[in-house]
Amino acid sequence: MSQRVLDLLIQRFPQAVLETHAQHGDETAVVEAASWAKVAEFLKASPDISMEMLTDLTAVDYLEREPRFEIVAHFYSLSKGHRLRLKTRVGNAQGEGVEVATLVPLWAAANWMERECYDLFGVRFVGHPDLRRILMYPEFEGHPLRKDYIATRTQPLIEYRDAPNIDKVAPFGFDEGMSFGRQTHQFLTDEE
Amino acid sequence: MEPLDIDLDSAELDIPAEPALLNVGPAHPAMHGTVRIVMELSGETILKADVQVGYLHRGFEKMCERGTWSQVFPYVDRCNYVSPMLNNVAFALACEKMLGVQVPVRCQHYRVILGELARMSDHLTCTGAMAMELGAFTPFLWLIKAREMIWDLMEEETGARLTHSFGRVGGMAKPPTSGFKEHALAVKSQVLEVVAEAEKLLLGNRIFLDRLDNVGVVSAEDAVSLGWTGPCLRASGVAYDVRKAAPYMTYGQYDFEVPVGTRGDCYDRFVIRLEEVRQSARIIEQAVQQMPDEGPIDIDDPRIVLPPKDEVYTTIEGTIQHFKIVMEGLKIPAGEVYSYTEGGNGELGFYLVSDGSGTPYRVRIRPPCFLVTAGLEKVITGEMMSDVVPCFGSLNMIGGECDR
Repeated sequence: MSQRVLDLLIQRFPQAVLETHAQHGDETAVVEAASWAKVAEFLKASPDISMEMLTDLTAVDYLEREPRFEIVAHFYSLSKGHRLRLKTRVGNAQGEGVEVATLVPLWAAANWMERECYDLFGVRFVGHPDLRRILMYPEFEGHPLRKDYIATRTQPLIEYRDAPNIDKVAPFGFDEGMSFGRQTHQFLTDEE
Repeated sequence: MEPLDIDLDSAELDIPAEPALLNVGPAHPAMHGTVRIVMELSGETILKADVQVGYLHRGFEKMCERGTWSQVFPYVDRCNYVSPMLNNVAFALACEKMLGVQVPVRCQHYRVILGELARMSDHLTCTGAMAMELGAFTPFLWLIKAREMIWDLMEEETGARLTHSFGRVGGMAKPPTSGFKEHALAVKSQVLEVVAEAEKLLLGNRIFLDRLDNVGVVSAEDAVSLGWTGPCLRASGVAYDVRKAAPYMTYGQYDFEVPVGTRGDCYDRFVIRLEEVRQSARIIEQAVQQMPDEGPIDIDDPRIVLPPKDEVYTTIEGTIQHFKIVMEGLKIPAGEVYSYTEGGNGELGFYLVSDGSGTPYRVRIRPPCFLVTAGLEKVITGEMMSDVVPCFGSLNMIGGECDR
Protein backbone atom coordinates (compact mmCIF):
# COMPACT_ATOMS: atom_id res chain seq x y z
CA MET A 1 0.00 0.00 0.00
CA SER A 2 2.42 2.62 1.11
CA GLN A 3 5.48 0.46 0.56
CA ARG A 4 6.09 2.77 -2.41
CA VAL A 5 6.43 5.71 -0.03
CA LEU A 6 9.10 3.85 1.90
CA ASP A 7 10.96 3.07 -1.31
CA LEU A 8 10.87 6.70 -2.38
CA LEU A 9 12.10 7.76 1.04
CA ILE A 10 15.04 5.36 1.02
CA GLN A 11 15.89 6.40 -2.52
CA ARG A 12 15.95 10.08 -1.55
CA PHE A 13 17.66 9.67 1.86
CA PRO A 14 19.77 6.49 1.66
CA GLN A 15 21.91 7.56 4.63
CA ALA A 16 19.31 9.09 6.91
CA VAL A 17 16.86 6.17 6.92
CA LEU A 18 18.16 3.82 9.60
CA GLU A 19 15.57 1.06 9.40
CA THR A 20 12.10 0.31 8.09
CA HIS A 21 9.39 -2.17 8.88
CA ALA A 22 5.73 -2.75 8.10
CA GLN A 23 4.43 -4.41 11.24
CA HIS A 24 0.64 -4.98 11.18
CA GLY A 25 0.55 -3.19 7.84
CA ASP A 26 1.80 0.13 9.23
CA GLU A 27 4.78 1.20 7.14
CA THR A 28 7.41 2.73 9.38
CA ALA A 29 10.70 4.48 8.75
CA VAL A 30 13.23 5.35 11.43
CA VAL A 31 15.40 8.30 10.47
CA GLU A 32 18.34 10.14 11.99
CA ALA A 33 17.37 12.90 14.38
CA ALA A 34 19.43 15.43 12.39
CA SER A 35 17.36 14.93 9.24
CA TRP A 36 13.94 14.80 10.99
CA ALA A 37 12.62 18.08 9.58
CA LYS A 38 14.25 17.57 6.19
CA VAL A 39 12.59 14.18 5.74
CA ALA A 40 9.25 15.56 6.91
CA GLU A 41 9.52 18.42 4.45
CA PHE A 42 10.22 15.95 1.66
CA LEU A 43 7.19 13.89 2.67
CA LYS A 44 5.01 16.95 2.40
CA ALA A 45 6.50 18.51 -0.71
CA SER A 46 7.13 15.47 -2.92
CA PRO A 47 4.25 15.20 -5.41
CA ASP A 48 4.36 11.39 -5.26
CA ILE A 49 3.97 11.33 -1.50
CA SER A 50 2.26 14.65 -0.58
CA MET A 51 1.46 14.04 3.08
CA GLU A 52 -0.97 16.93 3.62
CA MET A 53 -1.87 15.90 7.11
CA LEU A 54 0.18 15.31 10.22
CA THR A 55 -2.27 13.11 12.08
CA ASP A 56 -0.31 12.37 15.19
CA LEU A 57 2.94 13.21 16.91
CA THR A 58 4.04 11.69 20.17
CA ALA A 59 6.98 10.13 21.97
CA VAL A 60 7.76 6.83 23.66
CA ASP A 61 10.25 6.47 26.51
CA TYR A 62 12.35 3.31 26.24
CA LEU A 63 14.16 3.57 29.54
CA GLU A 64 16.73 0.85 28.86
CA ARG A 65 17.65 1.93 25.37
CA GLU A 66 20.16 4.41 24.08
CA PRO A 67 19.00 6.77 22.54
CA ARG A 68 16.21 6.68 25.05
CA PHE A 69 13.29 8.48 23.41
CA GLU A 70 11.49 7.71 20.22
CA ILE A 71 9.61 10.55 18.57
CA VAL A 72 6.77 9.09 16.54
CA ALA A 73 4.83 10.94 13.86
CA HIS A 74 2.00 9.63 11.72
CA PHE A 75 1.31 11.17 8.35
CA TYR A 76 -1.66 10.82 6.07
CA SER A 77 -2.04 11.88 2.47
CA LEU A 78 -5.59 12.98 1.70
CA SER A 79 -4.99 13.00 -2.04
CA LYS A 80 -3.11 9.70 -2.28
CA GLY A 81 -4.77 7.94 0.62
CA HIS A 82 -1.58 6.46 2.06
CA ARG A 83 -0.07 6.64 5.52
CA LEU A 84 3.39 6.53 6.97
CA ARG A 85 4.85 6.38 10.44
CA LEU A 86 8.10 8.28 10.86
CA LYS A 87 10.27 7.81 13.91
CA THR A 88 13.51 9.17 15.22
CA ARG A 89 15.53 8.46 18.35
CA VAL A 90 17.03 11.04 20.69
CA GLY A 91 18.32 11.52 24.21
CA ASN A 92 20.68 9.68 26.53
CA ALA A 93 19.87 7.51 29.53
CA GLN A 94 19.72 10.51 31.87
CA GLY A 95 17.09 12.08 29.66
CA GLU A 96 19.40 14.81 28.40
CA GLY A 97 19.87 16.06 24.87
CA VAL A 98 16.28 15.27 23.95
CA GLU A 99 16.10 17.67 21.04
CA VAL A 100 14.63 17.51 17.60
CA ALA A 101 13.69 20.09 14.99
CA THR A 102 10.14 21.43 15.00
CA LEU A 103 7.57 20.65 12.31
CA VAL A 104 5.41 23.71 13.00
CA PRO A 105 6.41 25.56 9.78
CA LEU A 106 5.17 22.55 7.79
CA TRP A 107 1.96 21.63 9.63
CA ALA A 108 0.05 23.87 12.03
CA ALA A 109 -1.10 20.71 13.80
CA ALA A 110 2.42 20.19 15.11
CA ASN A 111 2.12 23.22 17.39
CA TRP A 112 0.01 21.75 20.17
CA MET A 113 1.21 18.19 19.71
CA GLU A 114 4.83 19.26 20.14
CA ARG A 115 3.86 21.31 23.17
CA GLU A 116 2.20 18.24 24.65
CA CYS A 117 5.25 16.14 23.85
CA TYR A 118 7.48 18.71 25.55
CA ASP A 119 5.16 18.89 28.54
CA LEU A 120 4.82 15.16 29.13
CA PHE A 121 8.19 13.88 27.89
CA GLY A 122 10.51 16.86 28.00
CA VAL A 123 11.34 16.71 24.32
CA ARG A 124 12.65 20.09 23.18
CA PHE A 125 11.51 21.03 19.71
CA VAL A 126 14.10 23.41 18.34
CA GLY A 127 12.50 26.35 16.57
CA HIS A 128 9.04 25.89 18.09
CA PRO A 129 7.41 29.34 18.39
CA ASP A 130 5.73 28.79 21.75
CA LEU A 131 7.14 25.83 23.69
CA ARG A 132 5.12 26.06 26.92
CA ARG A 133 3.50 23.41 29.05
CA ILE A 134 0.00 22.65 27.82
CA LEU A 135 -1.68 19.96 29.92
CA MET A 136 0.26 20.39 33.16
CA TYR A 137 0.50 23.64 35.07
CA PRO A 138 3.56 25.88 34.82
CA GLU A 139 4.68 25.08 38.40
CA PHE A 140 4.86 21.36 37.63
CA GLU A 141 8.31 19.81 37.92
CA GLY A 142 9.46 17.01 35.66
CA HIS A 143 7.72 15.25 32.82
CA PRO A 144 5.02 12.81 33.90
CA LEU A 145 5.01 10.35 31.00
CA ARG A 146 8.71 9.55 31.36
CA LYS A 147 9.08 6.05 32.73
CA ASP A 148 11.26 7.31 35.58
CA TYR A 149 8.51 9.64 36.75
CA ILE A 150 6.87 7.58 39.49
CA ALA A 151 3.15 7.28 38.92
CA THR A 152 2.26 7.85 42.57
CA ARG A 153 4.24 11.06 42.86
CA THR A 154 1.99 14.06 43.36
CA GLN A 155 2.59 17.75 43.11
CA PRO A 156 -0.61 19.33 44.38
CA LEU A 157 -0.93 23.07 44.01
CA ILE A 158 -3.23 22.98 47.03
CA GLU A 159 -2.22 20.81 50.00
CA TYR A 160 -4.34 17.75 50.81
CA ARG A 161 -6.84 18.58 53.48
CA ASP A 162 -6.49 16.97 56.82
CA ALA A 163 -9.88 16.97 58.49
CA PRO A 164 -10.53 14.96 61.66
CA ASN A 165 -13.21 12.24 61.69
CA ILE A 166 -13.81 12.46 57.98
CA ASP A 167 -12.58 9.71 55.71
CA LYS A 168 -12.51 11.46 52.42
CA VAL A 169 -12.31 15.12 51.77
CA ALA A 170 -11.30 16.41 48.39
CA PRO A 171 -8.64 16.81 47.14
CA PHE A 172 -7.93 13.15 47.68
CA GLY A 173 -4.56 11.68 48.35
CA PHE A 174 -2.52 9.95 45.66
CA ASP A 175 -3.18 6.40 46.92
CA GLU A 176 -6.91 6.54 46.44
CA GLY A 177 -8.33 4.68 43.50
CA MET A 178 -6.06 2.38 41.50
CA SER A 179 -6.26 -0.35 44.14
CA PHE A 180 -5.32 -2.95 41.53
CA GLY A 181 -2.72 -0.68 40.00
CA ARG A 182 0.36 -2.52 38.94
CA GLN A 183 3.68 -0.75 38.73
CA THR A 184 5.36 -1.37 35.41
CA HIS A 185 8.66 -0.19 36.82
CA GLN A 186 8.55 -1.37 40.36
CA PHE A 187 12.32 -1.10 40.77
CA LEU A 188 12.06 2.65 40.57
CA THR A 189 9.70 2.88 43.54
CA ASP A 190 11.96 0.57 45.52
CA GLU A 191 14.87 2.93 45.06
CA GLU A 192 12.91 5.88 46.35
CA MET B 1 -22.89 66.31 42.45
CA GLU B 2 -21.61 67.66 39.20
CA PRO B 3 -24.14 68.75 36.61
CA LEU B 4 -24.69 66.17 33.88
CA ASP B 5 -24.90 68.64 31.02
CA ILE B 6 -21.30 69.64 31.41
CA ASP B 7 -19.97 70.73 28.06
CA LEU B 8 -17.07 68.42 27.30
CA ASP B 9 -14.56 69.13 24.68
CA SER B 10 -13.98 65.89 22.80
CA ALA B 11 -10.24 66.20 23.40
CA GLU B 12 -10.80 65.93 27.12
CA LEU B 13 -12.50 62.55 26.83
CA ASP B 14 -10.05 59.96 28.03
CA ILE B 15 -10.91 56.76 26.23
CA PRO B 16 -8.28 54.08 26.68
CA ALA B 17 -6.97 53.13 23.26
CA GLU B 18 -4.72 50.22 24.19
CA PRO B 19 -6.08 46.69 23.75
CA ALA B 20 -7.93 45.26 26.72
CA LEU B 21 -7.08 41.87 28.14
CA LEU B 22 -9.99 39.57 28.90
CA ASN B 23 -10.02 36.15 30.54
CA VAL B 24 -12.86 33.81 29.66
CA GLY B 25 -13.18 30.55 31.56
CA PRO B 26 -12.42 27.99 32.79
CA ALA B 27 -15.44 28.59 35.03
CA HIS B 28 -17.62 30.02 32.29
CA PRO B 29 -20.81 28.27 31.16
CA ALA B 30 -19.86 28.48 27.48
CA MET B 31 -16.37 27.08 28.06
CA HIS B 32 -17.78 23.76 29.32
CA GLY B 33 -15.75 24.31 32.46
CA THR B 34 -12.49 23.12 30.99
CA VAL B 35 -11.00 25.77 28.72
CA ARG B 36 -9.66 29.20 29.35
CA ILE B 37 -9.19 31.77 26.64
CA VAL B 38 -7.06 34.85 27.21
CA MET B 39 -8.07 37.43 24.66
CA GLU B 40 -6.63 40.73 23.64
CA LEU B 41 -9.51 42.92 22.56
CA SER B 42 -9.72 46.10 20.58
CA GLY B 43 -13.25 47.21 21.26
CA GLU B 44 -15.06 43.95 20.67
CA THR B 45 -12.71 42.56 18.06
CA ILE B 46 -10.31 39.84 19.11
CA LEU B 47 -6.75 40.75 18.18
CA LYS B 48 -5.03 37.82 19.82
CA ALA B 49 -6.23 34.76 21.60
CA ASP B 50 -4.46 32.20 23.72
CA VAL B 51 -6.46 29.02 24.27
CA GLN B 52 -5.39 27.17 27.40
CA VAL B 53 -6.44 23.60 28.01
CA GLY B 54 -5.46 20.96 30.54
CA TYR B 55 -7.96 21.64 33.32
CA LEU B 56 -9.31 18.10 32.97
CA HIS B 57 -5.97 16.33 32.62
CA ARG B 58 -6.12 13.10 34.61
CA GLY B 59 -3.04 11.34 33.31
CA PHE B 60 -4.95 8.86 31.14
CA GLU B 61 -1.84 7.61 29.36
CA LYS B 62 0.14 7.19 32.56
CA MET B 63 -2.69 5.27 34.20
CA CYS B 64 -2.93 2.91 31.23
CA GLU B 65 0.70 1.90 31.74
CA ARG B 66 -0.13 0.54 35.18
CA GLY B 67 -2.97 -1.93 34.60
CA THR B 68 -3.75 -4.69 32.15
CA TRP B 69 -4.93 -4.14 28.59
CA SER B 70 -8.53 -4.80 29.61
CA GLN B 71 -8.30 -2.27 32.42
CA VAL B 72 -7.89 0.47 29.82
CA PHE B 73 -11.56 0.23 28.80
CA PRO B 74 -12.98 2.23 31.71
CA TYR B 75 -10.42 4.95 31.00
CA VAL B 76 -11.26 5.29 27.32
CA ASP B 77 -14.91 5.59 28.36
CA ARG B 78 -13.98 8.73 30.20
CA CYS B 79 -12.10 10.26 27.30
CA ASN B 80 -15.03 11.13 25.12
CA TYR B 81 -17.81 10.71 27.63
CA VAL B 82 -20.47 11.72 25.12
CA SER B 83 -19.83 8.75 22.83
CA PRO B 84 -17.95 6.25 25.00
CA MET B 85 -18.99 3.28 22.88
CA LEU B 86 -16.97 4.58 19.93
CA ASN B 87 -13.88 4.82 22.14
CA ASN B 88 -14.45 1.31 23.52
CA VAL B 89 -14.71 -0.13 20.04
CA ALA B 90 -11.72 1.87 18.78
CA PHE B 91 -9.49 0.58 21.56
CA ALA B 92 -10.71 -2.99 21.12
CA LEU B 93 -9.98 -2.74 17.39
CA ALA B 94 -6.46 -1.49 18.05
CA CYS B 95 -5.72 -4.43 20.36
CA GLU B 96 -7.26 -6.84 17.90
CA LYS B 97 -5.15 -5.44 15.09
CA MET B 98 -2.07 -6.17 17.19
CA LEU B 99 -3.28 -9.66 18.03
CA GLY B 100 -4.16 -10.29 14.39
CA VAL B 101 -7.72 -11.38 15.14
CA GLN B 102 -11.10 -10.27 13.88
CA VAL B 103 -14.36 -10.51 15.77
CA PRO B 104 -17.30 -12.49 14.28
CA VAL B 105 -19.58 -10.72 11.80
CA ARG B 106 -22.44 -10.59 14.29
CA CYS B 107 -20.24 -8.69 16.73
CA GLN B 108 -19.04 -6.32 14.01
CA HIS B 109 -22.62 -5.35 13.17
CA TYR B 110 -23.41 -5.06 16.86
CA ARG B 111 -20.45 -2.75 17.38
CA VAL B 112 -21.48 -0.67 14.37
CA ILE B 113 -25.05 -0.22 15.61
CA LEU B 114 -23.99 0.73 19.13
CA GLY B 115 -21.25 2.96 17.73
CA GLU B 116 -23.59 4.80 15.40
CA LEU B 117 -26.06 5.32 18.24
CA ALA B 118 -23.21 6.78 20.26
CA ARG B 119 -22.29 9.03 17.35
CA MET B 120 -25.90 10.23 17.21
CA SER B 121 -25.80 11.00 20.91
CA ASP B 122 -22.51 12.86 20.43
CA HIS B 123 -23.89 15.03 17.64
CA LEU B 124 -27.18 15.64 19.43
CA THR B 125 -25.35 16.84 22.52
CA CYS B 126 -23.05 19.09 20.53
CA THR B 127 -25.76 20.72 18.43
CA GLY B 128 -28.08 20.99 21.43
CA ALA B 129 -25.46 22.59 23.64
CA MET B 130 -24.46 24.94 20.87
CA ALA B 131 -28.05 26.13 20.49
CA MET B 132 -28.41 26.49 24.25
CA GLU B 133 -25.29 28.60 24.51
CA LEU B 134 -26.80 30.92 21.95
CA GLY B 135 -29.95 31.26 24.03
CA ALA B 136 -32.16 28.65 22.41
CA PHE B 137 -33.01 26.49 25.39
CA THR B 138 -35.99 24.58 24.01
CA PRO B 139 -34.14 22.88 21.12
CA PHE B 140 -31.53 21.79 23.65
CA LEU B 141 -34.18 20.03 25.75
CA TRP B 142 -35.61 18.53 22.57
CA LEU B 143 -32.30 17.11 21.44
CA ILE B 144 -31.43 15.89 24.92
CA LYS B 145 -34.77 14.11 24.93
CA ALA B 146 -33.58 12.23 21.84
CA ARG B 147 -30.27 11.49 23.51
CA GLU B 148 -32.18 10.11 26.46
CA MET B 149 -33.84 7.55 24.16
CA ILE B 150 -30.41 6.42 22.99
CA TRP B 151 -29.14 6.21 26.54
CA ASP B 152 -32.15 4.12 27.54
CA LEU B 153 -31.17 1.63 24.87
CA MET B 154 -27.56 1.73 26.01
CA GLU B 155 -28.69 1.10 29.55
CA GLU B 156 -30.68 -1.90 28.45
CA GLU B 157 -27.78 -3.31 26.46
CA THR B 158 -24.85 -2.49 28.70
CA GLY B 159 -26.30 -1.72 32.12
CA ALA B 160 -24.84 1.75 32.20
CA ARG B 161 -26.06 4.99 30.72
CA LEU B 162 -22.92 7.02 30.43
CA THR B 163 -19.73 5.02 30.88
CA HIS B 164 -20.48 1.57 29.56
CA SER B 165 -17.04 -0.12 29.61
CA PHE B 166 -18.75 -2.54 27.28
CA GLY B 167 -16.02 -3.26 24.76
CA ARG B 168 -13.70 -6.21 25.19
CA VAL B 169 -10.69 -7.33 23.26
CA GLY B 170 -12.09 -10.00 20.98
CA GLY B 171 -15.76 -9.21 21.40
CA MET B 172 -18.20 -7.44 23.65
CA ALA B 173 -19.04 -7.87 27.33
CA LYS B 174 -22.46 -9.34 26.60
CA PRO B 175 -24.35 -10.56 23.54
CA PRO B 176 -27.21 -8.35 22.32
CA THR B 177 -30.46 -8.59 24.28
CA SER B 178 -33.38 -10.37 22.61
CA GLY B 179 -35.25 -7.21 21.73
CA PHE B 180 -32.18 -5.29 20.62
CA LYS B 181 -32.99 -4.98 16.94
CA GLU B 182 -36.55 -3.73 17.42
CA HIS B 183 -35.41 -1.34 20.12
CA ALA B 184 -32.61 0.05 17.94
CA LEU B 185 -34.94 0.62 15.01
CA ALA B 186 -37.54 2.25 17.24
CA VAL B 187 -34.97 4.57 18.81
CA LYS B 188 -33.59 5.43 15.39
CA SER B 189 -36.95 6.59 14.04
CA GLN B 190 -37.84 8.44 17.25
CA VAL B 191 -34.54 10.29 17.16
CA LEU B 192 -35.06 11.28 13.54
CA GLU B 193 -38.48 12.70 14.39
CA VAL B 194 -37.07 14.75 17.25
CA VAL B 195 -34.21 15.99 15.10
CA ALA B 196 -36.66 17.12 12.43
CA GLU B 197 -38.64 19.02 15.07
CA ALA B 198 -35.56 20.62 16.57
CA GLU B 199 -34.38 21.62 13.15
CA LYS B 200 -37.69 23.41 12.53
CA LEU B 201 -37.18 25.31 15.75
CA LEU B 202 -33.70 26.43 14.80
CA LEU B 203 -33.17 26.65 11.07
CA GLY B 204 -36.08 29.03 10.55
CA ASN B 205 -34.86 31.32 13.28
CA ARG B 206 -33.29 34.45 11.94
CA ILE B 207 -31.45 35.30 15.16
CA PHE B 208 -29.90 31.87 15.38
CA LEU B 209 -28.83 31.85 11.75
CA ASP B 210 -27.30 35.31 11.98
CA ARG B 211 -25.11 34.14 14.83
CA LEU B 212 -23.75 31.26 12.72
CA ASP B 213 -23.71 32.49 9.16
CA ASN B 214 -20.20 33.32 7.96
CA VAL B 215 -18.85 33.21 11.48
CA GLY B 216 -15.65 31.36 12.25
CA VAL B 217 -14.80 30.49 8.66
CA VAL B 218 -11.96 27.98 8.21
CA SER B 219 -10.60 27.23 4.78
CA ALA B 220 -9.97 23.67 3.65
CA GLU B 221 -6.17 24.21 3.57
CA ASP B 222 -6.14 25.57 7.10
CA ALA B 223 -8.31 22.75 8.38
CA VAL B 224 -6.04 20.13 6.83
CA SER B 225 -2.90 21.81 8.10
CA LEU B 226 -4.38 22.02 11.58
CA GLY B 227 -4.98 18.29 11.49
CA TRP B 228 -8.74 18.68 11.78
CA THR B 229 -10.81 15.61 11.10
CA GLY B 230 -14.45 14.66 11.43
CA PRO B 231 -17.41 17.03 11.05
CA CYS B 232 -15.21 20.13 11.43
CA LEU B 233 -12.99 19.13 8.51
CA ARG B 234 -15.93 18.04 6.39
CA ALA B 235 -17.65 21.38 7.01
CA SER B 236 -14.66 23.00 5.32
CA GLY B 237 -15.31 20.91 2.23
CA VAL B 238 -12.90 17.99 2.62
CA ALA B 239 -14.76 14.69 2.34
CA TYR B 240 -12.52 12.70 4.64
CA ASP B 241 -14.32 10.13 6.72
CA VAL B 242 -12.41 7.11 8.02
CA ARG B 243 -15.52 4.98 7.54
CA LYS B 244 -15.26 5.67 3.78
CA ALA B 245 -11.53 6.24 3.32
CA ALA B 246 -10.42 3.10 5.17
CA PRO B 247 -13.55 1.06 5.98
CA TYR B 248 -13.09 -0.95 9.14
CA MET B 249 -15.45 -3.60 10.51
CA THR B 250 -18.47 -3.82 8.20
CA TYR B 251 -18.61 -0.17 7.14
CA GLY B 252 -17.70 -1.12 3.58
CA GLN B 253 -21.03 -2.96 3.21
CA TYR B 254 -23.33 -0.08 4.04
CA ASP B 255 -24.68 2.55 1.75
CA PHE B 256 -24.30 6.01 3.27
CA GLU B 257 -23.19 9.49 2.28
CA VAL B 258 -20.51 11.73 3.71
CA PRO B 259 -22.04 15.21 4.05
CA VAL B 260 -19.66 18.00 3.08
CA GLY B 261 -19.90 21.73 3.75
CA THR B 262 -19.02 24.51 1.39
CA ARG B 263 -17.90 27.47 3.47
CA GLY B 264 -16.53 26.01 6.68
CA ASP B 265 -18.43 28.37 8.96
CA CYS B 266 -20.32 27.62 12.14
CA TYR B 267 -23.53 27.05 10.19
CA ASP B 268 -21.91 24.33 8.09
CA ARG B 269 -20.52 22.62 11.16
CA PHE B 270 -23.96 22.76 12.76
CA VAL B 271 -25.90 21.39 9.80
CA ILE B 272 -23.36 18.68 9.02
CA ARG B 273 -23.77 17.19 12.47
CA LEU B 274 -27.53 16.99 12.05
CA GLU B 275 -27.08 15.44 8.61
CA GLU B 276 -24.66 12.90 10.03
CA VAL B 277 -27.32 11.86 12.52
CA ARG B 278 -29.50 10.96 9.53
CA GLN B 279 -26.66 9.06 7.87
CA SER B 280 -26.04 7.17 11.11
CA ALA B 281 -29.71 6.23 11.08
CA ARG B 282 -29.29 4.81 7.57
CA ILE B 283 -26.30 2.77 8.72
CA ILE B 284 -28.22 1.46 11.73
CA GLU B 285 -31.10 0.40 9.52
CA GLN B 286 -28.81 -1.56 7.20
CA ALA B 287 -26.76 -3.02 10.03
CA VAL B 288 -29.90 -4.26 11.79
CA GLN B 289 -30.97 -5.97 8.57
CA GLN B 290 -27.60 -7.59 7.98
CA MET B 291 -26.86 -8.60 11.55
CA PRO B 292 -27.37 -12.34 12.06
CA ASP B 293 -29.67 -13.32 14.92
CA GLU B 294 -27.59 -16.32 15.89
CA GLY B 295 -23.92 -16.85 16.19
CA PRO B 296 -21.01 -16.03 18.48
CA ILE B 297 -20.16 -12.51 19.63
CA ASP B 298 -16.72 -13.23 21.00
CA ILE B 299 -13.87 -14.84 19.13
CA ASP B 300 -13.08 -18.40 20.03
CA ASP B 301 -9.72 -17.99 21.73
CA PRO B 302 -9.38 -18.78 25.43
CA ARG B 303 -6.15 -16.77 25.63
CA ILE B 304 -8.00 -13.56 24.81
CA VAL B 305 -11.63 -13.89 25.89
CA LEU B 306 -12.79 -14.64 29.41
CA PRO B 307 -14.47 -18.06 29.68
CA PRO B 308 -18.23 -18.23 30.45
CA LYS B 309 -19.00 -17.90 34.14
CA ASP B 310 -20.44 -21.42 34.57
CA GLU B 311 -17.18 -22.85 33.27
CA VAL B 312 -15.17 -20.68 35.66
CA TYR B 313 -17.08 -22.12 38.60
CA THR B 314 -17.18 -25.75 37.47
CA THR B 315 -14.01 -26.53 35.52
CA ILE B 316 -10.36 -26.14 36.45
CA GLU B 317 -9.45 -24.95 32.93
CA GLY B 318 -12.02 -22.19 33.14
CA THR B 319 -10.80 -21.11 36.57
CA ILE B 320 -7.19 -20.98 35.45
CA GLN B 321 -8.06 -19.09 32.30
CA HIS B 322 -10.13 -16.57 34.17
CA PHE B 323 -7.36 -16.12 36.72
CA LYS B 324 -4.68 -15.69 34.06
CA ILE B 325 -6.61 -13.08 32.09
CA VAL B 326 -7.71 -11.11 35.14
CA MET B 327 -4.46 -11.20 37.09
CA GLU B 328 -1.80 -11.19 34.36
CA GLY B 329 -3.84 -9.68 31.61
CA LEU B 330 -4.11 -10.98 28.09
CA LYS B 331 -0.76 -11.02 26.35
CA ILE B 332 -0.37 -8.88 23.28
CA PRO B 333 2.68 -9.65 21.12
CA ALA B 334 5.49 -7.11 21.30
CA GLY B 335 5.37 -4.40 18.69
CA GLU B 336 3.57 -1.22 17.80
CA VAL B 337 0.38 -0.41 16.01
CA TYR B 338 -1.62 2.62 14.92
CA SER B 339 -5.29 1.88 14.53
CA TYR B 340 -7.75 4.58 13.57
CA THR B 341 -11.51 4.83 13.48
CA GLU B 342 -14.05 7.57 12.98
CA GLY B 343 -14.91 8.89 16.42
CA GLY B 344 -17.58 11.44 17.23
CA ASN B 345 -15.21 14.30 16.43
CA GLY B 346 -12.99 12.77 13.82
CA GLU B 347 -10.13 10.37 13.49
CA LEU B 348 -9.80 8.59 16.80
CA GLY B 349 -6.47 6.81 16.70
CA PHE B 350 -4.70 4.56 19.13
CA TYR B 351 -0.95 4.17 18.94
CA LEU B 352 -0.11 1.20 21.13
CA VAL B 353 3.29 -0.13 22.05
CA SER B 354 3.47 -3.55 23.65
CA ASP B 355 6.48 -5.23 25.21
CA GLY B 356 4.75 -8.60 25.05
CA SER B 357 3.49 -8.51 28.64
CA GLY B 358 -0.03 -8.16 29.96
CA THR B 359 0.49 -4.45 30.65
CA PRO B 360 0.61 -1.83 27.92
CA TYR B 361 4.00 -0.20 27.47
CA ARG B 362 2.49 2.90 25.95
CA VAL B 363 -1.06 3.82 25.07
CA ARG B 364 -1.30 6.96 23.01
CA ILE B 365 -4.73 8.18 22.07
CA ARG B 366 -4.90 10.50 19.10
CA PRO B 367 -7.61 12.83 20.32
CA PRO B 368 -9.52 14.55 17.51
CA CYS B 369 -10.73 17.21 19.98
CA PHE B 370 -7.25 18.26 20.94
CA LEU B 371 -6.34 19.20 17.38
CA VAL B 372 -9.70 20.82 16.73
CA THR B 373 -9.32 22.94 19.87
CA ALA B 374 -5.80 23.85 18.75
CA GLY B 375 -7.46 25.52 15.78
CA LEU B 376 -9.80 27.62 17.93
CA GLU B 377 -7.22 30.39 18.19
CA LYS B 378 -7.16 30.73 14.42
CA VAL B 379 -10.96 30.56 14.20
CA ILE B 380 -11.69 33.38 16.65
CA THR B 381 -8.83 35.76 15.90
CA GLY B 382 -10.33 38.72 14.07
CA GLU B 383 -13.88 37.81 15.06
CA MET B 384 -16.09 39.60 17.56
CA MET B 385 -16.08 38.71 21.22
CA SER B 386 -19.65 37.36 21.02
CA ASP B 387 -18.68 35.00 18.19
CA VAL B 388 -16.47 32.99 20.53
CA VAL B 389 -19.52 31.19 21.87
CA PRO B 390 -20.87 29.78 18.56
CA CYS B 391 -17.34 29.08 17.30
CA PHE B 392 -16.37 27.17 20.39
CA GLY B 393 -19.70 25.38 20.49
CA SER B 394 -19.45 24.29 16.86
CA LEU B 395 -16.03 22.69 17.39
CA ASN B 396 -17.51 20.32 19.98
CA MET B 397 -14.61 20.31 22.39
CA ILE B 398 -14.95 17.41 24.80
CA GLY B 399 -12.79 18.15 27.83
CA GLY B 400 -12.08 14.54 28.72
CA GLU B 401 -10.70 13.76 25.30
CA CYS B 402 -8.88 17.03 24.80
CA ASP B 403 -7.05 16.97 28.13
CA ARG B 404 -7.13 13.21 28.73
